[in-house]
This record gives sequence, structure tokens and C-alpha cells, in this order.
Amino acid sequence: MLVGCGNSYEVTPGSTSRLQESLTIKGSDTMVILAQRWAEGFMAANPSVAVQVSGGGSGTGIAALINGTTELANSSRPIKDRERAHVKTTRGVEVVEHKVAIDAIAVYVSDDNPVKTIDLATLKKVFRGKIKNWKELGGPDMPIVLYSRENNSGTYAYFKEVVLDDEDFAAEAQTLPGTAAVIHAVARDRRGIGYGGIAFGEGVHTLEIADGEGPAYAPTLENATQGLYPLARFLFIYTAGEAGGPAQQYLEYVLSEAGQSVVEGVGYFPLPPEAETPDLPSNPD
Amino acid sequence: MIRSESEPGRSAPKNAPRQVEARKKPLTEALPTPTWHRVAERLIAVMALSAVVAIALIFLFVAREALPLFWEAADEGLALRDLVLPRQWPGYDEPVVVWQPVGGTPKFNMIPLFVGSLKVTLLSMAMAVPIGVGCAIFVAIYAPRWLREIVKPAIELLAGVPSVVLGFFALMVVATFTQDLFGFTYRLNGFVAAVGLAMTIVPVIFTISEDAIQAVPKSLSEAAAALGARKYQIALRVIVPAAIPGITAAVILGFGRAIGETMIVLMASGNAAVVELFDFSTSVRTVTATIAAELGEVARGEAHWRILFLLGVMLFAITFVLNLFGKWATDRLHRKLTAA
Repeated sequence: MLVGCGNSYEVTPGSTSRLQESLTIKGSDTMVILAQRWAEGFMAANPSVAVQVSGGGSGTGIAALINGTTELANSSRPIKDRERAHVKTTRGVEVVEHKVAIDAIAVYVSDDNPVKTIDLATLKKVFRGKIKNWKELGGPDMPIVLYSRENNSGTYAYFKEVVLDDEDFAAEAQTLPGTAAVIHAVARDRRGIGYGGIAFGEGVHTLEIADGEGPAYAPTLENATQGLYPLARFLFIYTAGEAGGPAQQYLEYVLSEAGQSVVEGVGYFPLPPEAETPDLPSNPD
Repeated sequence: MIRSESEPGRSAPKNAPRQVEARKKPLTEALPTPTWHRVAERLIAVMALSAVVAIALIFLFVAREALPLFWEAADEGLALRDLVLPRQWPGYDEPVVVWQPVGGTPKFNMIPLFVGSLKVTLLSMAMAVPIGVGCAIFVAIYAPRWLREIVKPAIELLAGVPSVVLGFFALMVVATFTQDLFGFTYRLNGFVAAVGLAMTIVPVIFTISEDAIQAVPKSLSEAAAALGARKYQIALRVIVPAAIPGITAAVILGFGRAIGETMIVLMASGNAAVVELFDFSTSVRTVTATIAAELGEVARGEAHWRILFLLGVMLFAITFVLNLFGKWATDRLHRKLTAA
């Protein structure tokens, strides 16, 4: 819970003594629980494949894809051009991107805090350190305490890019090693505000977020899939070249109805039917 | 570590060979050294040297990763002066020193990290030195035997508690308690981290100081007693001054331990790189916590990677110089005290 790297889980199906194929999946800590559930569901259907899932962060997963130590890389951010080029030089093939789920980044405040909505511009000022007191947001007169993620997290990069327009977080923003840690900290600090994935969002309330003057939307399934909630992003699986063998079977499972119902169970949002895929801001390419 | 004990031991071998020399020949003729003795001696020498070699290799490796920064920085659009000097970046109202290594324009100013490290370390020393040295004086001089048998192992046991456990304690218990007590705005802050650090360095300072005090020759205190000195006079004017070299060594080793400690500060300090020299209720980000938190996901060979190694080199250099200085200071003090 405290240092978000190196959690490795080997999930092996019960009773197969035949020679097994193996599949390694590495990457985003945000997606590690989701990937485990997928692995379990996939292995129940394909007992001849042993799937090994580990976290470490989106960057770690893509680095492993570059080095050829993983077949599938989970990532909560789009791959960078530099990384894409890197994969091509080391693996000799193009990276293939697979959108697998939608994650909404929620902004959390303590349940003791009466503030319910915020717009993106104000949120930026808060995390830039320009607004320092809750009374400027319609709350009680108390200082704002910022909780951010460690700068190697995909959530951090996404928030910085989309909310802060790539400007810096206030120096006072405390960095915590995971969304669970952010929620834990905000839950016990009524002056706190933090951000993280929706999947872990229990015990505190999320702010409804407005883009500009428009209405504010809560991070719900409908709002995220319709592109109304401003802080929603795709979650990706990357492969070096078109996937084949067990990797391909796994991706097919992930995108199947069974795979997408797992997504909902873990707390993320499933992909909408292809025709109405919204243009989410997390996806510049 | 304790000069007063090791000194006579060191001077002994100098004289010893001369006395042995005369009788050596007939002895070796009579009993030739078995080969395995020589092999064992070599092995022991190799093991002893391996520690030195390991330190040299560590330094070389760390420096090798860091140094290319100085000629590659320009290619990556990075000015070396931005590592230490304030600069008015876009989006800021005034020149600032900031550590924001990830983003469109990464900013690698190391000053906030060193401010954080030194602040937490000095505050934890301010707590741990009086407690550690005070305990040492009490246990070595005042405590009755039965109490010493309890207190000494108890404090030394604290040294064996993994730092992650102390960090967790600081994070969960100390943070809440101090926030309730002092009303800190930030639950995790420099003060909480310093309390956690103090718990790791009190045993270091205590153990070495206590040994140093125990090693003071009984003749000194007996002479003082014979002259009619009271117990507190013997303790504070005779024994403690004589043990000062050892206590100094204890303090310096404690400082080195504190500035290098990682897990506790990573967990309990809040890790916000705030540049604030005197207010201990703000969060801090130390050099060690930065390396631990960021190195895992930086691409090898990038400017960020090299700068993290540069931080490591500087930390290494600081502790190295500190230890050298500590040794020099204790040697000097020891000579002064024994000359009288």
C-alpha cells in the first residue's frame, strides 16, 4: 500500500499438469487489480495458459515492453512518441494500442467538507497553489491541504497535463504512493483535497466537475462514457506488434462481454459500444 | 570506534615483532606453517579488502551514471545552473527553486531536497542527541545494576526495529498525536519525520556514547573521588569530558545514519519539496526519499536518471566527508585529552 512497486501475483489455475503456455503482463498500478481479475477469468476459460500479472507503474510496463520482458503492457496513459520509437528500435515492430476500459479521475474531499462542485479552472488554481483557502470555494474558512500522487504515476502525469495544462503542482502538494493512500489521507483530513482513480473511491466524496461555465458532472458511468465528465481517460494494453497466441486470446477475452463485465466489477467503466466512442481528452493521438 | 581501547592494542604489534624476531627462526624450522594456514590468511585478507573494494566500486558505479550529465545536459536542453540557482520559469511570478522533474518542462533544482534532508536531520539530531547522550550518562554512571540490565537492552532493541515499522508508527500514531497536540495544518510534516528518525538514531548515539563512557579509566573517577569530588562532579567534570571523543563519534555516526535514512522520511514526511528553512510543520522531501520514489520508473540514461544518481553521489560525498571529519575531530580530541 505504501510503495507502489513490485507487487507480483502469480495466478495459476487449479488442475493442469500439461505443459503450459505462459503470458506475462506488467504495468500500471491503477490497473493491477483489474488485470488480476481478467487473468483469473481468462485462465478459467483457458486452463492451459498461466498468466502472470505484476504492477510497477505504466512507465515500468512500457519499459518492460521495450526490453522484451513482458508481452502485454498495461498503461493508464497513452504511450509517448519517444517510447513508441524505442519499442520499434528494440523489438523491430510497431506498438499496437488496445483501449480496454475507461477510468475516471475523481477529485476527493473529506465527507466533513461541504464543497460539492468545482470547475476545471478553479481546480487548476487550487493545485497550482493560487487558491489556498476553502472559503474561496464556498467552504469554511480553513487552509487547503493538497494531496497529490508520486510523480512516477500515470495518474499524476494525466492530472498535470489535463488539469494543470502542464504547469507545476504547488510545492506544498504532498505526494502519496497510491490512490488508496490519497483517499486514506483525505478521509482523515477535512482540509484535504486529492485526486485518484474512481475504482478505489470509498469513504470520501467526489467533487462534481464542470468544464468552464457548463454544468458540473459527477464521475459516473454515464457521464464518463458520454464524455461529459472532464476527467475521464482510457486505460490501455500495449503490445509489440499484433498480438498472437495466448496474448491475442487474452485481448479477445478482455474486450468480450465477460471481460468488460469484470471492468465494472472492479469499479472502472466498460468501453461503450464502438459506434459511440467519445473523444476523451486523454487521447490526443 | 573507541580510541582509548584500540590505541594500546594498535601500538602493541609494533614492538612485538622485534621481540619475536630472535626466536622466530628456530621455531619456524621446527614447525613449518601448514599450507592451509597461509590459504586461510589470504582468504581473510581478501575478505577484509573486499569491503574497501565494494565501497570504491559503489562510488565508481554511482559516479559513472551521474557524470555524463555534465557533458550531455546541453543536448537535452538542460542548463546546469538550474540545478542549484533560482529561475523564473513560465507560470511563476518570481524566480523559484523547484523540484518538478516530470512534465513538459522538467525542473531539477536540488536545493529543496537538500533543504529538506538537512532540516529533518538537524531536527532529529536536536531530539536524539540529548536523549541518547543523557541515557548513556545515566546508564553508565548513575543507574543501579538491575536498572541498567533493563534499560540498555531495551534501547538497543530499538536499533533492531526495521525502519519501515518505525515509519509506519510515525505515519499512523505520531502524525495523528502531534497534529492533535500542536494543530499542524499538514498531518505529515518535517516534525513527524524527525521524531521517526530520532527513534532510529537514539540507539546509535546511546550505544556508542555508553561504550565511550564505560571505557573511561576507573583511575580518573577514583582520583576525583579521592580529592573529594561529588558524584555529579565526577560524572560531568571528569568522566563525560574524558568520553567526549567517543560521544562526538556517536553524534557524527548518528548524523550520517539520519541523513541517509530513507524509509521513515518517505513514509512520514509528506514528500512535498517545500523550501522552508525554519517552519517544521511544513512537509519536506528529502534527497533519499526522492531517489527511492523516483528511480524506479525513470528511463535509464535520461537527464532525470543522471540527476538522481548525482544526488546519490552528493549524499555519498557528504557522509564520507562527515566521517572523515568525525575521525579527525575524535583523534584530535583524544590526543588533547591523553596528552594532559
